[in-house]
Amino acid sequence: MSALAVAAAALQVVGVLAGAPLVVGGMRQVRARLEGRAGGGIGQPWRDLRKQLRKQQITPRGTTVVFALAPAVVAGSTLLIAAIVPLIALGSPLESVADLFGVVGLLFLGTVALTLAGIDTGTAFGGMGSSREITIAALVEPTILLAVFALSVPGESANLAAIVSATENHPEQLVSPGSLLAFVALGIVIIAETGRLPVDNPSTHLELTMIHEAMILEYAGPKLALVEWASGMRLTVLLGLVANLFMPWGIAGADPSLLAVLIGLASITAKVVVLAGLLAAGEVFIAKLRLFRVPELLAGSFLLALLAVTASYFLGTPTS
Amino acid sequence: MLGAIGLALGLSVIFGEPRQLWIGWLLPLVGVRLDLDPLGGIFVAATGAVAIAVGIYAVGYAKREHWARFPLITLPLFVAGMLLVPAAGSVTTFLLAWELMAATSLILVLSEHRRAAVRTAGVFYAIMTQLGFVAILVALVVLSASGGGDAFTTIAANADSLTPGIRNAIFLLTVLGFGSKAGLLPLHAWLPKAHPEAPSPVSALMSAAMVNMGIYGIIRIDLQLLGPGPHWWGLTLMIFGAVSAVFGVLQASVSTDLKQLLAYSTTENMGLITLALGAAMLLASSGAPTVAAIALTAALLHLLSHAAFKTLGFLAAGSVLAATGLRDLDKLGGLARRMPVTTVMFGIAALGASGLPLGAGFVSEWLLLQSLIHAPHDSITLVALAMPLSVGAVALTTGLGIAAMVKAFGVGFLARPRSAAAEAAREAPMSMLAGMTLAAAACVVFAVAPALLSPALQRVLAVLPTVGGDSAGPQIDTILRLPGVAGSISPALLAAALAIAVLLALVLARWGGRHRPPAMVTPLWACGADSLSPRMQYTATSFAEPLQRVFDDILRPDTNVEVTHFAESQYLVEKVTYQTLMADPVEQRFYTPVVRAVTVWAHLVRRAHTGSVHLYLAYGAAGLLIVLLVAR
Repeated sequence: MSALAVAAAALQVVGVLAGAPLVVGGMRQVRARLEGRAGGGIGQPWRDLRKQLRKQQITPRGTTVVFALAPAVVAGSTLLIAAIVPLIALGSPLESVADLFGVVGLLFLGTVALTLAGIDTGTAFGGMGSSREITIAALVEPTILLAVFALSVPGESANLAAIVSATENHPEQLVSPGSLLAFVALGIVIIAETGRLPVDNPSTHLELTMIHEAMILEYAGPKLALVEWASGMRLTVLLGLVANLFMPWGIAGADPSLLAVLIGLASITAKVVVLAGLLAAGEVFIAKLRLFRVPELLAGSFLLALLAVTASYFLGTPTS
Repeated sequence: MLGAIGLALGLSVIFGEPRQLWIGWLLPLVGVRLDLDPLGGIFVAATGAVAIAVGIYAVGYAKREHWARFPLITLPLFVAGMLLVPAAGSVTTFLLAWELMAATSLILVLSEHRRAAVRTAGVFYAIMTQLGFVAILVALVVLSASGGGDAFTTIAANADSLTPGIRNAIFLLTVLGFGSKAGLLPLHAWLPKAHPEAPSPVSALMSAAMVNMGIYGIIRIDLQLLGPGPHWWGLTLMIFGAVSAVFGVLQASVSTDLKQLLAYSTTENMGLITLALGAAMLLASSGAPTVAAIALTAALLHLLSHAAFKTLGFLAAGSVLAATGLRDLDKLGGLARRMPVTTVMFGIAALGASGLPLGAGFVSEWLLLQSLIHAPHDSITLVALAMPLSVGAVALTTGLGIAAMVKAFGVGFLARPRSAAAEAAREAPMSMLAGMTLAAAACVVFAVAPALLSPALQRVLAVLPTVGGDSAGPQIDTILRLPGVAGSISPALLAAALAIAVLLALVLARWGGRHRPPAMVTPLWACGADSLSPRMQYTATSFAEPLQRVFDDILRPDTNVEVTHFAESQYLVEKVTYQTLMADPVEQRFYTPVVRAVTVWAHLVRRAHTGSVHLYLAYGAAGLLIVLLVAR
């Protein structure tokens, strides 16, 4: 493990920290322009964060330490994911600490922390948001794990570096039915996990239709800033992860040179920008699904993931 | 009374550390043969550890709940029974210990026999456990008759000479019998009735230690003595396990009774363990002993971690029950401020049960998933189909398990109290907290440092050569690596890294703090209206409603909504009553016809009971003649 590999991992964390509000701002700007509005500009989320971080700390009456710590747990678990997954370079020092299952577990740990915070407020909206969020999370889990399974078949490992380098060395695997199905399935669950349309509407102002927003309704000031920052980081990390799982080109190797790290940084930025732009553009054309239609969507993605695994079992070409 | 408590404590402590007596421990008594090998040892150790925690806890609990002397004397007997089952070295000893365990547990379930629900649960439990015993009895008698001896060692030596027909019959009977003890579907119905109705220390013993004996039976008889067997054996176990896991967790996620939720979660976890055992069997019989060893490790590790977090869960639920008299989650809430230690304890248990990182169940579920995705997929189509479906089942189980545990912890302990009883809750006494702390410490070990258990697991694997136990198992070190396949994880480093990351996030949140006015406490947002009442909170029922709706076809809730309108206008509602009854659908479909048929039979048989002694003598003579004819 060279010093540069450690530096690359640190750069990933810093990049996600700095880039997440920009990604969110960029997506809002794309939507605004496509809907014929001027938009607040790409830097608006950063300005919001700065404003909220300077506001007064407010503790809603009757809440416990769970409510107070949940934002830090969400943000912390997301930062850890950013340090583990191969975004810029393959050889993260934490690579052997958690594989893709571990990453999924960390993701759920953050979700659970926020859900408990929502219940902890003791309001109807908090409970409602938590109940919906956990229902969706429970139904998302099978799809995610099956997609992980499908991805792990070619590299014969669920460790992220192994999956990414297997795809890099055998690009023909990408056009296999298994890989394509896994891509679609993973795409749907990421939309569900990060609370984007059509599962949840991040810009809604009507409490009754909220999922994620209802859960965090009681947060204000610095805590709200942390929650929003964390959800932006989750989106960014997951987009980056999907990009590198299916299009690993440009990523630096396990023992990178300075130039390779810079190329890796540039390529992951480009990939995330393109994916986020596509996602935002797609959201313009769809409406939010009714809550009880969401399980149908998730069941569909589960089926795709199942087909992906069986396809890569029966049609997969041996990698060795 | 105190003496009896001391006895309970002493016995549990003495039997808690039999680790030194693991290998080659032979004690021939008159017809009773005890032969403790590492496989039995790990079960004895688990039972002993559970018993220590429960024993300490029971001191305070018995005082607080004014236990009678009888259950207090039975408790150590029950523990002794459970310790004897895995130590038994012969069929007769095994059956005797099994019956001791079953009878004493029944007495303990009935210790609050003045409540009708307890009596119903007791009858249910008695019938199911005895039917299970019959299946085990027949299977083991056939086994010892055709295996040429009473001792397990003799049977193991002659196991190869058994015909496939006898093997299959024994397999099916033992899976049924042991499965009913482990709470596997469809023979689980006693478990969610008996475990919640028993006093909480007993629930903990039953749910964390007694159900393990079912798993022990399956491992001992079907995996060790009868070998891996044909493919369909492993597949049968996997199907049993997967169905039990998904069904158990689904019931847990819609259950509103704290202890019933934990009991259903037991069915779920036993299902996962059985699934892992089945996978080990299937993998071993399709020529992948290394992966089979991973699956087997997953099963054993999950069994141990389940014992730890389920003990803690039931003990914490017992504290809540003792403090509030409530098990109904819809009436609990707000305990985090009133019972902080108990809340933390239940939180640790719930984290373990949900299989998330930093929880006790994470490592074992990770091992199970790894063994499933690394199955050799080029050899047998059956394996290639079974593995993805099992991954789906395990994942759905984990997902719903998270929902169930978030509900139990969030609704039960956080937010504001939903009833006066919950409002008046007080923290449990010291001895109860001490018992829970022990179990919590075990949970933390499983979550962060499973490496400590590695030597024990290796020795257990070594006595199970038929399912790949002799090949190198997973190296559980600080970084957990798998043999033969690429894959690693490190729970300890993960925990440390997460702690650092959370600290980093907290530091980030301080950014700009210099400009901030001091923090203040404000009322909750009520959409501009007056203050919210605790009745406006989400309850456990409403929390689980979306899940209940999604799985409507399986759960089949009996929902009744009654809307009363004002006389003046049908658009104005005076009141709405909402009633929903969650019954166990399997129980309704599967058990009701059986019970009805038995009742009809009983009525028919009653006609023969005329009260005439002459007639009864004639029955006896006829019966004897028939037996003689058959046995001729």
